[in-house]
Amino acid sequence: MGSLDARAVRRLVLEQSWQARVGHIGSCLSIVEILVALYENVLSLSNVSRGERDRFILSKGHAALALYATLHLKGLLTRGDIDSFLAPGSNLGVHPERCVPGIDFSTGSLGHGLSMGAGAALAARLQSSTRRVFVLISDGECNEGSVWEAAMFAAHRKLGNLVAIVDANGQQAFGRTRDVLDTEPLAERWTAFGWHAVEVDGHNVRALTDALRRPADSEKPTVAIARTVFGKGVSFMEGQIPWHYLPMDADQYQRALQEVAQS
Amino acid sequence: MRRVFVETIMEIAERDQRVLLLTGDLGFMALEPFADRFPSRFVNVGVAEQNMVGVATGLAEAGFIPFVYSIAPFAALRPFEFIRNGPVLHHLPVRVVGIGTGFDYGHAGATHHAIEDIGVLRTQAGLSIIVPADSHQARTSILATWDLPGPVYYSLGKSDLAPVPGLEGRFQLGRAQTVRKGGDTTIIAMGAIALEAVAAAEILALAGTSCSVVVVSSVVPPPIEDLEEILSMSALAVTVEAHVPAGGLGSLVCEVVARCAFRCKVVTCAVRRGRDGQSGPNEWHLRRNELDRDSLVRTIQEQWR
Repeated sequence: MGSLDARAVRRLVLEQSWQARVGHIGSCLSIVEILVALYENVLSLSNVSRGERDRFILSKGHAALALYATLHLKGLLTRGDIDSFLAPGSNLGVHPERCVPGIDFSTGSLGHGLSMGAGAALAARLQSSTRRVFVLISDGECNEGSVWEAAMFAAHRKLGNLVAIVDANGQQAFGRTRDVLDTEPLAERWTAFGWHAVEVDGHNVRALTDALRRPADSEKPTVAIARTVFGKGVSFMEGQIPWHYLPMDADQYQRALQEVAQS
Repeated sequence: MRRVFVETIMEIAERDQRVLLLTGDLGFMALEPFADRFPSRFVNVGVAEQNMVGVATGLAEAGFIPFVYSIAPFAALRPFEFIRNGPVLHHLPVRVVGIGTGFDYGHAGATHHAIEDIGVLRTQAGLSIIVPADSHQARTSILATWDLPGPVYYSLGKSDLAPVPGLEGRFQLGRAQTVRKGGDTTIIAMGAIALEAVAAAEILALAGTSCSVVVVSSVVPPPIEDLEEILSMSALAVTVEAHVPAGGLGSLVCEVVARCAFRCKVVTCAVRRGRDGQSGPNEWHLRRNELDRDSLVRTIQEQWR
């Protein structure tokens, strides 16, 4: 426990992507520091019963590998678990399933997580619990109308125990978010929907921790617009659209590992 | 059945703190008694059915039993994928309540007609589907199923019609109810249209044709054993539903007959008229689709001619 560092998460993401010959690497690499801040400094998970611990929902489920890596480094998944990634019959698929230890909500269909998170936050309120709910979505995911249904609801219900983190890496499947269907200005939009919005460097664990650790406002849900770099940590992936889907070849894998080791 | 629904869940909510009621801003003049009695357990989420089902999923994960309420197509179809990836995928006790079966909202038009909700939702393994035939059975079926561990869809008629003769509120999960015993023609009905089926059987009896009438309200889990027993002894089965042929009661009965290779002809009376924008009350739509008692009588008599 406590051994979580961004380099180790990235190395696991690369290793498992290579073993399984799959993509979504860029989307995993952009959320590494967000996961480190959450699992190292923010979420209250250990020594509490299942019902009372904080909830985390990875609404951008296609980055599940980064979450598996984090859960493994936190001791919630074994080395055997993580090595089973995408093996036939494994619970560790491309998108996260609830049957995996440490995962409360199955995701994969974008725009679903924030609604479930709003329900989880309302449940905590009704049960007079101090537990909090964190939902990680992407800027491209904000294309989904259901995100804004949930945003309206959470603000109207004054769910100050709900936190959304937007992985604002500026990219989605076909291109730059601003070219496909622009979701900016994100902070202004969330503010207009009644949320407390903060902009934060999405690769600065300390800044993320400060933004997420305490509710900024007990009456308002908080959104952290985490400015991130798609493919962060591997120079030839950074900001490059193809790494939304592409798997690596042997040479790329070696170069990527080296860059992460030297970072 | 709205009134009975509200009365029944208030009774349950009184003794179980887990019960919540969410609405997509519908149920005005119907849900107020619950809202007044349990203000913190009533949530009007606004006109946002996807979010309503998503929120209910989050609530159920934390141990609540949320009922989500809207007019049937808005409860079942708009948030279909949220039902699929939420309560169904997570095996959580969310209760989706769709008000208005078939053409209950006749004048409101095609957007409000619930004629394919059962077929769509029957594809979801683990989702129980309950379609009460009258208000009395609405009450007994809710009382029998509200605390099932998995999700449930209730398709409830809008109005409180006369009780289905012979049903007397009987309900059992996975069982069918025979409400009238007769010869080798069996009429099998789903939902409030059972009243038309019984009326047709009464008219046919006077004309010398004796029919059994069976009500299927536990659509999932289906009453397989009861249907096998009934269909093995029938020469003609006539299914009656205010629903399109695909995926509804007629489909279910045909599946049983085909699987068991019974020598039983199945005539499926269902909604077959396409949507052409014509407006009318429930009775008018039923007549147009030959689902009223007189049309059912004609259909059955033609089979024996």
